[in-house]
Amino acid sequence: MLAILDYKAGNQTSVQRALNKLGIPNQITSDKEVLTDATGIIFPGVGAAGQAMDELTSGGLDELLKELVQQKKPLLGICVGCQILLDYSEENDTQALSVIPGECRLFNPSWEDYEGVAIRVPHMGWNRIELKQDCVLFKDIDSEAHFYFVHSYYPAPEEKYIIGETIYGRPFCSLHGREGLWAVQFHPEKSGRPGLKLLSNFYEYCKEVSDA
Amino acid sequence: MLSKRVIPCLDVRNGILTKGIKFKGNVDIGDPVETARLYYEQGADEIVFYDITASSEGRGIFLDVVERVASEIFIPFSVGGGINSVQDMRDVLLAGAEKVSVNSGAVKNPDIISEGAAAFGSQCIVLGMDVKRVEKSEKIPSGFEIVINGGRKYMGIDALEWAKTGESLGAGEICLNSIDADGVKTGYDLELTRLVAESVRIPVIASGGAGNPQHMVEAVTEGRATAALIASIVHYGDYSIPQLKEHMASKGVRVRNSW
Repeated sequence: MLAILDYKAGNQTSVQRALNKLGIPNQITSDKEVLTDATGIIFPGVGAAGQAMDELTSGGLDELLKELVQQKKPLLGICVGCQILLDYSEENDTQALSVIPGECRLFNPSWEDYEGVAIRVPHMGWNRIELKQDCVLFKDIDSEAHFYFVHSYYPAPEEKYIIGETIYGRPFCSLHGREGLWAVQFHPEKSGRPGLKLLSNFYEYCKEVSDA
Repeated sequence: MLSKRVIPCLDVRNGILTKGIKFKGNVDIGDPVETARLYYEQGADEIVFYDITASSEGRGIFLDVVERVASEIFIPFSVGGGINSVQDMRDVLLAGAEKVSVNSGAVKNPDIISEGAAAFGSQCIVLGMDVKRVEKSEKIPSGFEIVINGGRKYMGIDALEWAKTGESLGAGEICLNSIDADGVKTGYDLELTRLVAESVRIPVIASGGAGNPQHMVEAVTEGRATAALIASIVHYGDYSIPQLKEHMASKGVRVRNSW
């Protein structure tokens, strides 16, 4: 069973609908026991980093998440859930979870896109991922596949944690982490078939780890 | 690199897909959930639903449509029509929409943009603007005026000013609809689109007037829009979404061509 972390700052129901479509057992929860027992955790998020951290810390979920990551519980962070795995976010000047070293920065609106015009912020729409490292989440996903993004801040982790990059004015990290701990800036639950495939790859990974 | 989006727009009345010309004479053309699923499978990048039902009974039917759509399609979709309060926004977001579009409600009460952005984030709030060409005047220097009530009521607000106001209040995106061009299939109002797109830094969706794929190319090149809204040309089967995207790609426009 995948636990979808409920911390009042997420798009939990969108993620749940996608998992239901895939027939993946899941539960939206903030219950510490359920989270601890889950095969894997999805850490969704929309909205602002500051508010998201406040919600997490007030329920003591920040400490639990760190602990579970240390115990190698598979975890997938999405959007704001991806950003606050880092040390710090420029959004609301937020001290974040420090699960992965790095910070989250605001897009610079003076960067120019491929047409030579300044980029619009937020980065909203469909874009591609270029993998810098192999990643099981992308198993059987076409390299031309596009994913849906909507964000004004982008993750900038330490180089060795960068798994995939996307170009918006300049290349930025759109997928970071390590095996079993992944953070995606895009929304797989809203990225059509490739996004659903990514979620099912995550579940397959979780099952393998838990069976091993 | 970011692709230009192709966004079919579905007008829904009493739970049925409908389409009018210049906001009048609507005819019923099908089931919105089925149609949304078809467009999703054909590679639509996003879908917009407008509830043009007036009654409160119709509202319940519409929310049910939104919920059914949300469990069938896994791309973003926005919902507009009759959004006058934060509670209205919450209703459609909880039913599964990604974004909510405010239009007349925001003209009457601009604070709803900032309240919505504070409650749900700017990325959720689309400012829908219905615009008509008028004589340039001191009050309307751009010659484009904001109208409401399906284009029947002139508001004395310049479209460019309103776009900037909406942006500063926290709208995350603008859906710019030319009433003069709506349903006529003679192309988007490129002058209007470019004027607005160049005066704000948030994404602008061109709307109203798509009659062939070249119009869509024009909207995202000459018009500087980041997305093109379409309705009649796909609803009546003149073109399929893959045909539209193929044409755009052949003209050098980046589109999502694998899904």
